[in-house]
Amino acid sequence: MSRISEVFGKRKALIPFITVGDPSISQTEKLVYDLEKAGADIIELGVPFSDPIADGPVIQAAHNRALKNNVSLQDAFLLANKVSRKIKIPLVFMLSQNLIENYGSSKFFSDCAKYGVGGVIIPDSIPDEMEEKNDSIDRILLVSPTTNEERIKMIAQKSSGFIYLISSAGITGKRSKISADVSKMAAAIKKYTNKPIAVGFGISNPAQAKEAAKHADGVIVGSALVEIIAKKQFKKAADFIKSLRRAIDAG
Amino acid sequence: MFSNQPDDRGHFGKFGGRFVPETLIAPLDELKEAYLKYKNDADFISEFKFYLEHYAGRPTPLYFAKNLTDKFNGAKIYLKREDLCHTGAHKINNVIGQLLLAKRMGKKRIIAETGAGQHGVAAATGCALFGLECIVYMGEEDVRRQALNVFRMKLLGAKVISVKSGSKTLKDAINETLRDWMANPSDTFYCLGSSVGPHPYPMMVRDFQSVIGNEAKGQHFEFEKKEPDLLVACVGGGSNSIGLFYPFLEEKPVEIIGVEAAGAASLCKGSIGVLHGAKTYVLQSKTGQILTTHSISAGLDYSGVGPEHSYLKDAGRVKYVMANDKDALYGFKILSEMEGIIPALESSHAIAYLKTAAPKMRSDQSIIVCLSGRGDKDVEEIKNYV
Repeated sequence: MSRISEVFGKRKALIPFITVGDPSISQTEKLVYDLEKAGADIIELGVPFSDPIADGPVIQAAHNRALKNNVSLQDAFLLANKVSRKIKIPLVFMLSQNLIENYGSSKFFSDCAKYGVGGVIIPDSIPDEMEEKNDSIDRILLVSPTTNEERIKMIAQKSSGFIYLISSAGITGKRSKISADVSKMAAAIKKYTNKPIAVGFGISNPAQAKEAAKHADGVIVGSALVEIIAKKQFKKAADFIKSLRRAIDAG
Repeated sequence: MFSNQPDDRGHFGKFGGRFVPETLIAPLDELKEAYLKYKNDADFISEFKFYLEHYAGRPTPLYFAKNLTDKFNGAKIYLKREDLCHTGAHKINNVIGQLLLAKRMGKKRIIAETGAGQHGVAAATGCALFGLECIVYMGEEDVRRQALNVFRMKLLGAKVISVKSGSKTLKDAINETLRDWMANPSDTFYCLGSSVGPHPYPMMVRDFQSVIGNEAKGQHFEFEKKEPDLLVACVGGGSNSIGLFYPFLEEKPVEIIGVEAAGAASLCKGSIGVLHGAKTYVLQSKTGQILTTHSISAGLDYSGVGPEHSYLKDAGRVKYVMANDKDALYGFKILSEMEGIIPALESSHAIAYLKTAAPKMRSDQSIIVCLSGRGDKDVEEIKNYV
């Protein structure tokens, strides 16, 4: 059990996503503390990249805002190093494969351990291309509605920390409806593993969070939160996470 | 052996592979399976050949450029005339192959990216021919620069979507096409225009474009009763070049040169990274952000390159060099004035290299240059420079 997977034993996990350096590194730092207080169990820190192919317009815009400040992976590590000492919940990096290639894969994973990053989500990589893991950093793998049974089995075995279940095909962004197949997909994964499952892609209000939490062990919220941050309504961002927390706990 | 790549998972040595979101694995597997099934299917092969011959106008000539040969006073120069293909460039070869595959897979919605608009026009042409819906993603900046090709695509019945994300050029058009495919993975076929992207695209595009090299090999042998001494082609994503080079990779004495645009030289100036689904040489900042490029020719204006070229560079089989905008304009000018052939600005980079290579060679040696497209589309752009 890693620190990340342990989180799920206590309550349904709420996992907000924010982009490092949007709108500034210091604001991201404050947001991390506020999100913890608002009821987050894990925080996903997106590292900005020029060409995030899995992301919709909202998160692309967040990356662009951060890149205007020249925010790099190095900066993300410095931030993680600072905040991880002050919070009780684990941090996860979400980043594109090219940033890891550029940084150097072995240095990247050893720096994750050094600076308090517990797990990594690489949306444009698949387990088939990953090197064997020989460190303590969780590789959180994704299952999509298009993933066949054979791959679900392989991903269930190789994923660590939790399994990221994409609620519907497509890119990140709010959805008016969360696919009814989430419970079916979660059941298909549970056939092969007891590892926790968190649902993401499209969750944008308390009712959707509550519904998603019924079928899984955790809920990930990205675009809806980033959209509030884009308007610089930081208090509202924390209140939004509080409202999701209440809805999930009431479920 | 250089021609036995990629492996079953699309790796050309350490390059290539599949670096895409999980959602795309199913449609990529479906595509790969269909391609492997049909590439050896007699009906598929004969239909592909039929359209190449009767629709695209193949075989294209291998033309002995006597005036150019005399000017450089060295090796004999032969031009592989892909500019004479229907729609004016080699892009149609690949489009016909992919769309025949799409038809067999029952996919009726076709999406494509385009930079200068040559692949977009070819895709729109093929979709009109085969009765398929066509959606072309094109960077807003390219829509502005290549208004004529946008109009051509619309005339052919395609819908052109102007891409406003990122640098608003080819790399962003590819991003947006991949995003469309993620949202529509079951009913949509992505007709990719170059030998880039995740497996099986680099292999499949190369195979469809290899008609260039296979024809050139036979035609050259007719003239010279031997293999050529040198091949030259321009490299952006790298589809015309890999199409010419591939059938010659095992012919060891044949020297092979790929010419990149100096402002977009991923192989000459880049470093190893991951872009658009493949590990390959890319132009990136110190911190790993993909750089925007500049070339006078929109078709070479790309931050990455096909993974097979990265492999051939590291293996030492192909040498990659650069030509800048000025060199390209020189190539454009001499071919127009001396042979009466207006080349595409992309191909002009390869023509320009002849000045370096041809004079050093003997008159009993020969060079094949891929004239990948015609220059009508570039006339407006050239007006700004001369």
